[in-house]
Parts: sequence; structure tokens; C-alpha cells
Amino acid sequence: MTQYILRRLLQVIPVFLGTTLLVYFMVFALPGDPIRALFGDRPPSEAVIAALRQQYNLDQPFWVQYGLFLKNLFTFNLGVDFTGQPIAATLGRVFPVTAMLAVEALAIQAVFGVAFGLIAGLRKGKIFDSTVLVASLVVIAVPTFVLGFVLQLVVGVQLGWAKPTVGSNADWGTLILPAAVLGLVSFAYVLRLTRASVIENMNADYVRTATAKGLSRPRVVLAHILRNSMIPVVTYLGANLGGLMGGAIVTEGIFNVPGVGQKLYQAVIRSEGPTVVAIVSVLVLVFVAANLLVDLLYAWLDPRIRYEK
Amino acid sequence: MSTSNITIDEAGTEERPLLEIRDLAISFQTASGEFQAVKNAHLTIMPGETVAIVGESGSGKSTTALAAIGLLPENGRVSSGQILLDGEDISHAPERRMIELRGNTIGMVPQDPMSNLNPVWKIGYQVRETLRANGKPSGPADVARVLGEAGLPDSARRAKQYPHEFSGGMRQRALIAIGLSCQPRLLIADEPTSALDVTVQRQILDHLETMTAELGTAVLLITHDLGLAAERADKVVVMYRGNVVEAGPSLELLRNAQHPYTQRLVASAPSLASRRIQAAKAEGIQTEELLAPTETVVEKALSEDVLKVESLSKVFKLRSGVGKATDFKAVDNVSFNVKRGTTTAIVGESGSGKSTVAQMVLNLLAPTSGRIVFDGVDTSTLNSREIFKFRRRVQPIFQDPYGSLDPMYNIFRTIEEPLRTHKIGDKVSREKKVRELLDQVALPQSTMQRYPNELSGGQRQRVAIARALALDPEVIICDEAVSALDVLVQAQVLNLLAELQSNLGLTYLFITHDLAVVRQIADHVCVMQKGKLVETGSTDEVFDSPQQDYTRALLHAIPGASLMLPPVVA
Repeated sequence: MTQYILRRLLQVIPVFLGTTLLVYFMVFALPGDPIRALFGDRPPSEAVIAALRQQYNLDQPFWVQYGLFLKNLFTFNLGVDFTGQPIAATLGRVFPVTAMLAVEALAIQAVFGVAFGLIAGLRKGKIFDSTVLVASLVVIAVPTFVLGFVLQLVVGVQLGWAKPTVGSNADWGTLILPAAVLGLVSFAYVLRLTRASVIENMNADYVRTATAKGLSRPRVVLAHILRNSMIPVVTYLGANLGGLMGGAIVTEGIFNVPGVGQKLYQAVIRSEGPTVVAIVSVLVLVFVAANLLVDLLYAWLDPRIRYEK
Repeated sequence: MSTSNITIDEAGTEERPLLEIRDLAISFQTASGEFQAVKNAHLTIMPGETVAIVGESGSGKSTTALAAIGLLPENGRVSSGQILLDGEDISHAPERRMIELRGNTIGMVPQDPMSNLNPVWKIGYQVRETLRANGKPSGPADVARVLGEAGLPDSARRAKQYPHEFSGGMRQRALIAIGLSCQPRLLIADEPTSALDVTVQRQILDHLETMTAELGTAVLLITHDLGLAAERADKVVVMYRGNVVEAGPSLELLRNAQHPYTQRLVASAPSLASRRIQAAKAEGIQTEELLAPTETVVEKALSEDVLKVESLSKVFKLRSGVGKATDFKAVDNVSFNVKRGTTTAIVGESGSGKSTVAQMVLNLLAPTSGRIVFDGVDTSTLNSREIFKFRRRVQPIFQDPYGSLDPMYNIFRTIEEPLRTHKIGDKVSREKKVRELLDQVALPQSTMQRYPNELSGGQRQRVAIARALALDPEVIICDEAVSALDVLVQAQVLNLLAELQSNLGLTYLFITHDLAVVRQIADHVCVMQKGKLVETGSTDEVFDSPQQDYTRALLHAIPGASLMLPPVVA
């Protein structure tokens, strides 16, 4: 088991190098001069531009720039962005906000998705089941930005139940509305996955045997139907965590959340290579960690799966 | 409450039946309306007694038993009648009452050990939750004791393992442990061994019998094997299409069956037939139950070997870890000959390599070493055109009549396909041939226009036989060709195969796990165990004086050894 985890961690190295190289190259290949773009309509003197270029190593060829980036990375020196702020400080500011948002969204979709899916599955074909199925289809069909604006307007502005925008002081309470929007789409998938899995498992022979042993209905449902149905659901949720961390650009934009999505968007617009690559690098690590976590969870949930040493 | 079934035992005390089922009817709500699965079932089980319900699939035997423990599927309900447990009608008891009863008053041992244990929980946990739910002490020592009593060796350690780390027999022992863990007064055993190898079957049934006798548990045994039922139960109840058609003490019912269906069952059950054949031989009587005609034995002995298998081996590479592969010898140095016009049976349990031999003889799998000589020619030397010709002369019939017919082909197209593939005849002559073939397998010619899903299992297997016969083959390889069929249908198909053999001079290589069937149909027997041929000889030799312990164990596993059955005289 330990060997398996170690091997998986070693695999991170090529994945990390490959993705950063690719992202670095794409930012490098963006048209336009980032230094000139910073100054807009009033270009500074050539000497200033040359100095800035040298400061950010933009006068070096691509391989040297990438090599310097890697060297700085391994000495934990991420450098400064074009506004002079240390990139490390920026990351330290935006990642906790997005992590909070992602965890909250994940919790919302997990709790409600599994609960609704379980009830719908157990009452297959009844009114609750049909209603939930249609509702989840609507949620899947409506794009996130529509859902976001509608909830912002209705819940945030008209009803005043939650803050319509987040702003600079993000905490669990203020993030509830964007988290709900972010979680809602995957909530529908979690619900449907749970429902299908429950329906499949509740007719399994071992469920009948569990009932024949004299177990109470709640025990049969929780220990035998739900427990076995969680295997595909947990896999999906884990894979989704990575997506939630990086894919919140639209939602963060709508609710003005000072998180990773917003920062990444700004950095791309400004062709700020080091910032973009730094954010993406962390996201790659998050993805890899989430995947490893899913695989380990999967083995824990389903004892038939054992990873080779 | 009725008093009709209260009996006075020898001591003069009144004894009330533990379970009494009266005029029970069960219906299922289906998309096409109400379906009566059980129309009229009645049976009585006294405390400590073993009663067997016998019937073919769809007879309602399992449904009746499930109703007694309140486990009917959601769309099923008891539409009339009573299920009296110790005098209390539980046919419409609330779920809460059933939960009280399940486990400590009524236990269950289900049919398929592979699917009846939850794969994600340790065996010990699944025993423990049973004990706990029924208010019994549930410490690790109790769990180990319960498992140990069911015959699980090293039970304390085994309790910490998961179901997938157990063999089928071990799992069934665990399920028996669960079923009996709370000392129920009634145990429902629904085909408890039909998914297991024959030698394991016998061990499990013996153990179950000992345990229930010690605990004084009454048993409701569900089975399709009349021989097994008669051997294990005090009383047998025969069900047919939702009705109890006959009931009575086991031996009496076997010797003096009244209902025509029971009579047919008694006549067809292979376990009973094979016992009767042995009994007849012991008394020196000719019996007409031998399907392989004995009068032609001399003539057959003179005929040539159509198929010679010489030191055949097959090694599979099993992956274990990265880059490493271990060899697995599925077939290990097997040699036998098959004479033209005879039936040779290869017998063995799962994993014995018998089906691998069949696949190599069919030239579907290349042997690792050894030769298969068909009609004087080594089959491995054939080029692709010669293989095509070879296939015309050697045809297979497989086990599963549901999986081996293409559901999108109607029966005409299914049987005609080999003729078209081999470019035999024109459209008119092919249709004539298909009609002839359907006649040969005793199916109406109107079957041609129908599809496999409209036919029963027995009818489908007849179609598979007709397809195999289409090319006028010399050798037919039957891989468990009758194992999936109900007893009566099995008997019909076996008779058909025997009849075709004597009419057409066919040679059969019959792969099976069921020695009882072998007794009826085969001239020669090859017994395989773990890839090796352990015993070979004529059917008479093998049944009269088996040389190997393994063969003796297999023979002993045929139910009905203790039943003294009169031979059927020709």
C-alpha cells in the first residue's frame, strides 16, 4: 500500500513538469508584448522597457525563462507579478477563498445529492422520484451563469436571504450563495448517480439476505444499500473536487469572489506568465492529490479492489 | 383457529405444527396485469421436521417459501390463504412483526453463495450484525463460535476476511452460520447447494443436516432434485405450476407416486434413474432406462477411433504483479480415444479443465503440447480451408441455450446459417433441410418464424441441436448441454440425443459435472480433476468399481444413495 502511494507520488513529477511546460509555452506564445500592454497608450522610454524586460527575464529565450521559473520554484521563490506584488502572497490570498468555496459546494452537492438520490431510488416510480428527476434535468440543462444571476437576483437581492456579492471579506457565510450555484450542477449528477446505484443495489441478493437476518429497515438501507451505492458516487465527488477548484471562473465572476478563478482570468488577460503558471501548478497538484485520494477512497470503500505493491 | 392439524404424539401431548400453509395464493403485479405465481399451496411442518418442496423453475416453490419469511418482491402479495407460524397468521403481518420473527424464529439460507454476502463487509461483521439485531451476544468469540459450528476452519481469523477471499463452499458455510446463528425454529433453505460443485454439495448438506438435528430446527428445503429431496427430507411436497399436486412421506411418495407429474419426475430425475440403473445391474436385470443402447456394445467396440487425444496439455499464463507471469496448467497430459458411434463423457468439477479440452477438440483453442487426431489427421496441421471442412464434421452444442442463439435471428435463419456458410444447396433445398431438422428435434415447423426469446429453454436447446445437426456432422461436442434445463426437459433432450445417435450414428463427446446424467447416456467416462485425467473406463466399470477416491467422492455425491429403489424392468 505504502509502495503504491509512493509510486503514485513519483508519477506527479512528470505530470507536473509536462503541464507547467505546456502552460508556460502557451503564455509565452500569446501575441503582444506584456510590458508595453501594461502602460497602455503612453509608452515609456525604451530604457525603462528594457530594464523591465530584464527584471522579468522577458529578454531571455523560452528555455531559459522556463528554467529560471523552475529554479525559483524549487527555492520557493515565486517572484513578483507585474504590479510588484509577490506571487506567493497572491496565491496565499486567493487559494484559501477558493478552497472554502469548493469545499462548501462539495458539501452541498454531497449531502443533498446523496440524500435526495437515496430517497428517490428507494421510492422509484413514485411522485417524489419523478419530481426530483425532472427538477434535476432542469438544473443540468440551464447554464451556470443563468442560474447564478437568477439566484443572485432572487435570493440575494429580492429576498435578501444571503449576500448577493462576496467582496474582499469571504467567509463560510458569505460564500453560501456562490457555493450553492457551483454545487447545483454537480448536485444533479450526484443525485442521479446515487439514485441509479441505489436502484441497482436494493434488489441485490445480499440485501434480501440482510433483511432475512432480521435487521431493521434503516439498518438494511444504511449498511447494505447506501454503503454499497456510495462506491461510484464517492469516485465522482472526488474527481469533482479538482474541477471545483479550477472551474469556478464564471461563478467567482458573478459573485465577485476574490478567488483563484478571478485571479487566473486577470493574469491571462495581462499575459502575466509567472502568475498564470504558478496558479496552474498549484491546480495541477490539487488535481493529482484529488485523484490519488479518490483511488485510495475507492479501495477503502470496495475491499475487492487492492492495489499492487 | 383450526384444530384439524393438531396431532397427538406418543407421549399423549398435543403437538401443534410449527408452520402451516393453507390454500395460499400469491399474485404478482406486472406490466401485463396480474400474474398468479402460486394458486394453491398447502403444507405442514412439525417442530424439528424437514420438509422439501420440489418443482421445476416457475413452479412457485421459492415464492411460497419467501412468503413464509415475508420477503416477497415488492410487486408480489398474498392474495388469499393463510401462513400460520405456531398458530399465528403471518401472511399479512406488519413489517415490524416480521423483523421480530426473522433471524431468531425463521432463518434463511439462500441459493447463490456468490451474491448473497455483501462484498464490502467482512464475514465476521455480517455474522455480528445478525447476532446483534436479534439480541444475542455478539463479541468476536461469539462470531468465531457461530462460524466454527458451521464448519469453517480457523474461524476467528477467517471472520476478518472479506467474501471474495472465500471459495463458494466456504461462503455457503458462512451463510449457513448466519442462517442458524440465532437458533431459529424454522430454517428456509432455498436450493442451498445448487450453485456448488457436487462433492462440496454433499459436504454442505451433511453438515446442515447434522446442525439442524442438534438444534432441533425444522427445515423447509427448496430443491428441483427429487432424489435429493427424498434423501434429505421426512416429507416431500411436489409443486407444479403454482399448485401443490402431491405431498407425503418421502419414500412413500417416491415408490407410489399418484399424480402424473410426480410420476414423470420420479421417472426422469437423473439421480434416481442412475441409482435404479445400478440397482437393476446388481440384480442382473436389463433396464430400458439406459439411453446408451447396450446391445450394440460389441459392435461399437469393433469400430475405429474417430477421435484420438494424445498427451494434450494447455498452459495459461496468469499475470501476477508487474512483468511476472506464472504458468497455470489447465489441462495436464490428457489422453483418451473416442470410438465412432459412441458417447464419451468427460466429468469433473469447475476448474477441472474439462471445458478447455472441449475447446481444443473443437479447434477453438490451440494446445500447448500434445495432439488431437480426428479421423487419422492431426488437427493442428490443418490449413484454413481444411479447418473449414473440419468444422463441418465436428459441431458444438453449448450449455446456455439463451446465450448461444442470436436473439436477432429467427429460428429459420439460425438453423439455415451453417448451411449458407458452407454454401450447401439452394434456397429451396435449404428450407426443406431446415424443416427436416425441426422434425428431427421434434419441434413444429411453424417454429421457423419465431425468435429465441419466444421459446422455452428446452425448445431453444432443441434449436441448438438442430443447428448442430444441419451440416450432418460426425462428432458433436456437448458442453454441459443439458445442465441449464429443468429435470423433465433434461430427460427429453437426453432421449432426443440418444435417439439421434442410434438413427444417425453420431459420436458424442459429452462434457458435464453431473455423473447421474453420465450413467444414463455415456458408454465411456473420463474423470478429470485439476487438469489431470484421473480415471477412465467404460461407464459400467467406473460406476461398479471406481479406482480413485475422487471418482468415489463424485459417485457418492449423487443424491439418493440411501434410497432403496426398485429397478424399472424392460
